[in-house]
Amino acid sequence: MRSLSERLLGAPAGSYVDRPVDCSYAHDGTGVLTLEAWRAMGERGPVAPERLAILFDHIVPANTSTTANLQRELREFARTHGISFSEAGEGIAHQVMSEGRILPGEVVVGADSHTCTLGAFGAFATGMGATDVAAIWTSGMTWFKVPETIDVHLTGRLQGMAEAKDAALTYVSCLGMDGATYRALEFTGDGVSTLTMSDRLTLCNLAVETGAKTGMFYADEVTAAYLASYGKKGEPQHPEDHSCSREVALDLSDIEPVVALPHRVDSIVPVEKVAGTPLHQVFIGTCTNGRYEDLERLACMVRGKKVAVRTIVVPASRAVLQKAARTGVLDTILAAGCMVGTPGCGPCLGAHMGVIGEGEVCLSTANRNFRNRMGVGGSIYLSSVATAAAGALHGRITVPEVP
Amino acid sequence: MRITGKCLCLGADIDTDQIIAGRYLRTKDRAVWAEHVFEDLDPLLAPRLKGAIIITGNNFGCGSSREQAPLALREAGVVGVIAPFFARIFFRNAINVGLPLLECTCRCEEGVMVTADLAEGWVQVGGTCTPAPPLSPRMLGILTAGGLVEYWRHRP
Repeated sequence: MRSLSERLLGAPAGSYVDRPVDCSYAHDGTGVLTLEAWRAMGERGPVAPERLAILFDHIVPANTSTTANLQRELREFARTHGISFSEAGEGIAHQVMSEGRILPGEVVVGADSHTCTLGAFGAFATGMGATDVAAIWTSGMTWFKVPETIDVHLTGRLQGMAEAKDAALTYVSCLGMDGATYRALEFTGDGVSTLTMSDRLTLCNLAVETGAKTGMFYADEVTAAYLASYGKKGEPQHPEDHSCSREVALDLSDIEPVVALPHRVDSIVPVEKVAGTPLHQVFIGTCTNGRYEDLERLACMVRGKKVAVRTIVVPASRAVLQKAARTGVLDTILAAGCMVGTPGCGPCLGAHMGVIGEGEVCLSTANRNFRNRMGVGGSIYLSSVATAAAGALHGRITVPEVP
Repeated sequence: MRITGKCLCLGADIDTDQIIAGRYLRTKDRAVWAEHVFEDLDPLLAPRLKGAIIITGNNFGCGSSREQAPLALREAGVVGVIAPFFARIFFRNAINVGLPLLECTCRCEEGVMVTADLAEGWVQVGGTCTPAPPLSPRMLGILTAGGLVEYWRHRP
C-alpha cells in the first residue's frame, strides 16, 4: 500500500534513496551553472548522455553578447557530448519534454522548479538546482528524500468558463504558498477522467507554488491516448490505498474563474471582485498556459474582435505554434491585434522582453506574480486564458463570458 | 559544524526573485549577484550582509530553482540562514553551494551575536538557546566538503 512517490522511488516516505535518473535536463538559464559545476567536479562522463537534455527557453533568442556567448558554450557542450539539444525557438523545456518524451513511471529531474509539470504523466518529476544536475551528469544518480503525500481529490467536471488554471489557483490558495513543502501532491478521484493532458499539465505545473516536490496524476487511458499520438506507449497506473499527510477535496463543478492578486499566487479572488482594474499588458503563454488548447481558447474569445491593450502571446513550443498556424488559430490571434513571440518562457520572469514599467499592471497566464518579477514597480495578476482574453478585449480585468 | 555571526532579521515567504532578480541572471559574474542581492526587497540590505546570520520566517527561498540565490547570499558574506523551514529546492541548493542553513523557530534580535551548531542542532541568539533538528549526516557531509562540487571532486 504505497503512494505513487513511494512506488516510483522504491522506499517509504521519509527515507533517503540514491536513485538513477531516467531523464534529466537543464535550460539556458541553469545550464550555464550546471556546466561550470560539472567541469569543477572533474569532467566525468557525462554518464548516460542519452538520458540528458539541454533546452534553450529562458532568454531566446539571445539578447546580448554575454547571453550569446554563454549559450554558445552550452550549445557546443551538448553537441560534443551527444546530449539532446533543443535550440532557441523549439520551446519551453517542460513543454518540449511533454511532447512524447516522458513516460509513466520515470524519474525526471530538471534544473527548473516547474519540472513538476511532468508529473502529469505519472512520472516522479521534480526540480533541482544546477549543481544537483551537474552531479547527475557526473554520476547518473541523485538522492531523494521520499516525500509524504497530500491527496487532492477531484470530483465533478469543470463548468462554463472555468479552466484547469482556475482549479490550480484554487488548490494553491487552499494549501497556501508553503502548505505542501517537502510533500508530493497526488491528484485522484472521479474528476480526473474529465481532464485532458493539457489540463493535467496545468494542474501539476502549479504544484511547486505550494512548496510541493511534485504534483502527480496516475497514468490512465487519457495519458495512453496522448502518448500514442507521439508513437509512445504508457502503461496505466492504479492507485493503492496509502497514508497521506493531508487530503484536499476539490469539486471541479464548483470552480469559478479566479485571479491571484499581486504579489502572492495564493491570494485568489473571484474575477468579479477585481473587475474593472485597468490593465497595461496581457500575457498569454508559459509552461502553465501556452499549449495549443490555450491558444485555441484565446482565438475563440477574440475571433473578429480587437484587443484594447498590448497583448503578448508566446506559444509554449514550436509544435504548438505550427499547429496554431495550420488550424488558423494563429491568424485569428494576429488579426485581433495580439503580438506573437518566439516559443519560450517569454516575459514570465522579466529577463527578456515584455518587461512591464513602473506602476503598470499585467494580467498573465503564468504561475508566479512575485513582486517586481516582470519589471520593477509593476504588478501581476494571474488568471486563466479566458480571463486573460476577456481582459485583453476590454483593457480591464473582466469576467469571461461565452463568446 | 558551528557558525557564528551577527543577527539580521527578515520576514516570511522571501522568494528567489527577491533574493536575486531575474534581470541579473544573464551572467556568470558572482560579484554582480552579491551586489544586487535583496535589491527588490530592500536595496540597503546588501552592504549589511557580511558576517551576518539571517534569521527569517517560513518558506525562505520559495520560487525558482535559481542557484544564484544562495550563491548571491554566500558571495555577499552571509554566514548562514536560519528559518522554521525552507523551500525545498533552495534548501538543497544552499547545501550544494556550501551555504550553511538550519531549520529552527527562534527569536530574532537584530545585531545580536548568533551561534548555531548544525550537527548538534541548536541556535543561540544572545542568551537564549533553542534546540533544532540537526542536519542529516548526508547534508553535513556535503556542507563540510565545501559544497557538492568539492564533494564530487574528491570522490573516486
